[in-house]
Amino acid sequence: MTRTLLTGNAAAAWGARLADVDYVPAFPITPQTEIIETLAQWYDSGEAQGRLVMLESEHSMITAAAAAAATGVRVFTATSSQGLLYGMEMIYTVAGWRVPFVLVNVSRALASPITLEPDHTDILAARDSGFLQIHCATCQEVLDSVLLAYRLAEDSRVRLPVIVNLDGFYLSFTREPVETPDLEAVRGFLPAFDPDAIQFRATKPISQAVAVLGGSHYSYFRYEAHLAALQALTVYDEIAQDFAVRFGRSHPAVEAYCGEDAEIVFFMIGAFATKAKDAVDRLREQGWKVGLVRPRLLRPYPTALLRDILRGKRAVVVIDQNLSMGKGGVLHSELASVLYGQPGAPLLLSFVGGLGGRDLPPEEFYEMAKAAQNAAETGMTPEPRLLYTSGELRELRKLQAIALHERSQP
Amino acid sequence: MSEAIIRSLKDLPSTHLLGGGTAMCAGCGGLQALHEIYDLLGRRTVFVNAAGCMTLLSVYPFTPFQSGFLYTSMSSAPAGAQGVRDALDILRQKGRLTAEEDMTAVVVAGDGASYGMGLSATSAAIERNLDFVYVCYDNEGYGNTGQQASGATPHAARTATTTGAHGHAGYKKDLFAIWAAHRPVYVATVIGSEPLDLAKKLEKAASLKGPRLILALAPCPTGWDYDPKLSVEIGHLAVKTGIWPLKEYVDGQVAHTRIPHPRVPVEEYLKLQGRFAHLFEPQRDDAAIAEIQAYVDGYWKEVV
Repeated sequence: MTRTLLTGNAAAAWGARLADVDYVPAFPITPQTEIIETLAQWYDSGEAQGRLVMLESEHSMITAAAAAAATGVRVFTATSSQGLLYGMEMIYTVAGWRVPFVLVNVSRALASPITLEPDHTDILAARDSGFLQIHCATCQEVLDSVLLAYRLAEDSRVRLPVIVNLDGFYLSFTREPVETPDLEAVRGFLPAFDPDAIQFRATKPISQAVAVLGGSHYSYFRYEAHLAALQALTVYDEIAQDFAVRFGRSHPAVEAYCGEDAEIVFFMIGAFATKAKDAVDRLREQGWKVGLVRPRLLRPYPTALLRDILRGKRAVVVIDQNLSMGKGGVLHSELASVLYGQPGAPLLLSFVGGLGGRDLPPEEFYEMAKAAQNAAETGMTPEPRLLYTSGELRELRKLQAIALHERSQP
Repeated sequence: MSEAIIRSLKDLPSTHLLGGGTAMCAGCGGLQALHEIYDLLGRRTVFVNAAGCMTLLSVYPFTPFQSGFLYTSMSSAPAGAQGVRDALDILRQKGRLTAEEDMTAVVVAGDGASYGMGLSATSAAIERNLDFVYVCYDNEGYGNTGQQASGATPHAARTATTTGAHGHAGYKKDLFAIWAAHRPVYVATVIGSEPLDLAKKLEKAASLKGPRLILALAPCPTGWDYDPKLSVEIGHLAVKTGIWPLKEYVDGQVAHTRIPHPRVPVEEYLKLQGRFAHLFEPQRDDAAIAEIQAYVDGYWKEVV
C-alpha cells in the first residue's frame, strides 16, 4: 500500500486500473478528461493493460460501454455534466440491460447558462435511470468507491451499472493524500469478472434488450430492476464491511459525523460536505450539538438507515447543491418522503446552495444552524431558502453596469 | 457462410435462418432482404439493432433470430457494434473466447437511423475502421411511425408529412456516396428482388474485414401504398428503370453490377405506387415525371 498525492480524477483512474478493467470507451469533457487521459497514457506506455477507444459522443460511448459489458468484459467509462445528459437516453436504456459496469461522473453544473464548476443537477438527472449511485467527498473515497462499485455491480443479486460521482474542480483537480492498495489485495476483494450468462457466444445465441409489448411485461422488467436496486442495499453493506476488513477504511452507505448526540444535523452529499464537517467542528467548539449526515449511496436510497440515524433529532438542515425548477432541492423532498409520518421524525429545513461551484462559507453554515435551532424551538419550519447574498447581487449589478457602460461607448 | 462460390441461383443457401411469424407487414421488402442477407452471413452473427420496423422482429419472449441480438437505440447501433466487436477481440486476445465462438457484428437499421440520426455514430465507426457489417433496409421514410419523410425519401413522394400537391420537395440523400467518401472496405447497394446480385455482394462482404455497408432498397407496401403482391415487381422495376442502381464500392472504385439497358421509363415504377399517384391523377404531371426521369438519366449518363 502506497500513499501519494492524487487528484480526484487520478484517483478514479487508479480505481479503474486496480479493477483491471478490460475496456474503456471514452469521450473528453471538462472536468473529467484527466481520467481518460491518465488511463490512455498507462495503456500506451504498457504500464497497465486495457483497451481505450475514443467514441464520437457520450451517447455512443455509453452504448459501446454497455454493449461490451453485455458481451462479457469489465468496462469502465467516465463523463461529466452535458456529456451525461447527451448520453441520457442510453443511461436509462442500458440500465435495463442488467449488465454491470462502472461510470464515473465528475459533476459539473448544467447549461443554461453554460458553466464549469460543480453542482449535482447533472447526476440527479440520472436518478431514476436504474444506475446505482455512490457519491464521494474525498479523493480516497473516489478510488475506493470505484472498487466497491465493481463488486456491487457484478454481484449476481444486483447486476446493475453503477455511477461513482465526484465534484468537478473541488475533487477532480484537488490533490489529496490517497492510499493506493496493492493489486494483489484488490484481487482478493474484487476477483476477475465472471459474466455468467451475460455474454454473446456463437454456440449460445442470446437476445438481449428486446422489445416487450404491453404494460404487464414491461412492468415485470421494471419491477425486477427496482427490486435488484433495493437488494443492493444489503449487498452494499456486506461489500463495505469486507472492504473495511481488508483495507481498514470504512465507507458506509451513510456517513454520520458526530451523529450520536447531535440535535441539529446538516444533510449533504459530495465534496462540499467536507465544508459542513468543518462547520460542525467549529460549532461544536462553541457548544452547539450539531452533526453531519452524508449519504454516499443515493441509489438505492438508504431509507431504513436514514430513518434510524435521524430519529429523535430536532432538526435537519438539508443543503441541496441542485435545483429542481419549480420545486426546490431534490435531496430535501426525497428525505421528507422517507421521514414523513415516522415517529420521532425531525423538522426539515431546505437550503439550496453551492450551485455552479458557489462557495458555502462557514458563516452560512452558522446561519443555517441558527435557523434550525429556531425552527426546533418554535416548531415552525421556515420556507426553503436559496443561498445568495446581497453582496453577490451588488457585485453582479456592478458588472452589468460596467458592461452597459462599455457598450454605450463609441 | 459456406465456402462455395455463388455463380447462379442454384448456389444460394437452401436453408433459411430467420424464423417466420413475425410482426412485419405482408410484402415487406426489408424483411425479404434481411432473410437473404442472414442466410448468407450465417448463424455466427450478433445483430445490433437500431430503432425501426425490424426492432419488432423480436418481442419478448420470442425471436426469429438464431444468433445474438442486441437492441440499442435509434442513433447508436454502430457504437453498440463497436462495443461488441471490441469485447469479442479482448476475449479472443485473453484466451477467453475460441475462434469458433467468435461472431460478426451486424448492424440492422432502417433509413431513418442510417441516413439521419445515426449518421454521426456510423461515420465514426467507419473512421475507426470497425470490423462490422451495416445492413440498412431503406424504405425511404420513417416507416415504423407511419411513413413520414426521412433523408431517404425520394423527390415528389407523398409521405405522412409531405401531403401537398407535389409531395416531397427534397431529394434522396446519397448514403452510398457518404459511406464511400469514408473509404471503407466495402459498400454495396442491393435489393431483395435480385437475390443473385445480393448474394454475390454478401459473399464478397463476408470475405472482407472492416466497415461494410449493405444498403437494401426495401419496397414497402404500407409506406409506398401498393398491393403487397407487387413488392417483387416493384423491386424489379426499381432496378430496370435505373432508379435503384445496383453497385459496389471496393478498393476505391465504384462498379455497377447491373446496367439496365434499355432503361424502362421511370413512370412504370412510379405509377404502381400510391405515394406517386398525384403525378398521374387527376391530371398527369408531365413536368414532375420528366424531372424524375431526367434525374435518373443524368445519373446513368455519368456512369456509362
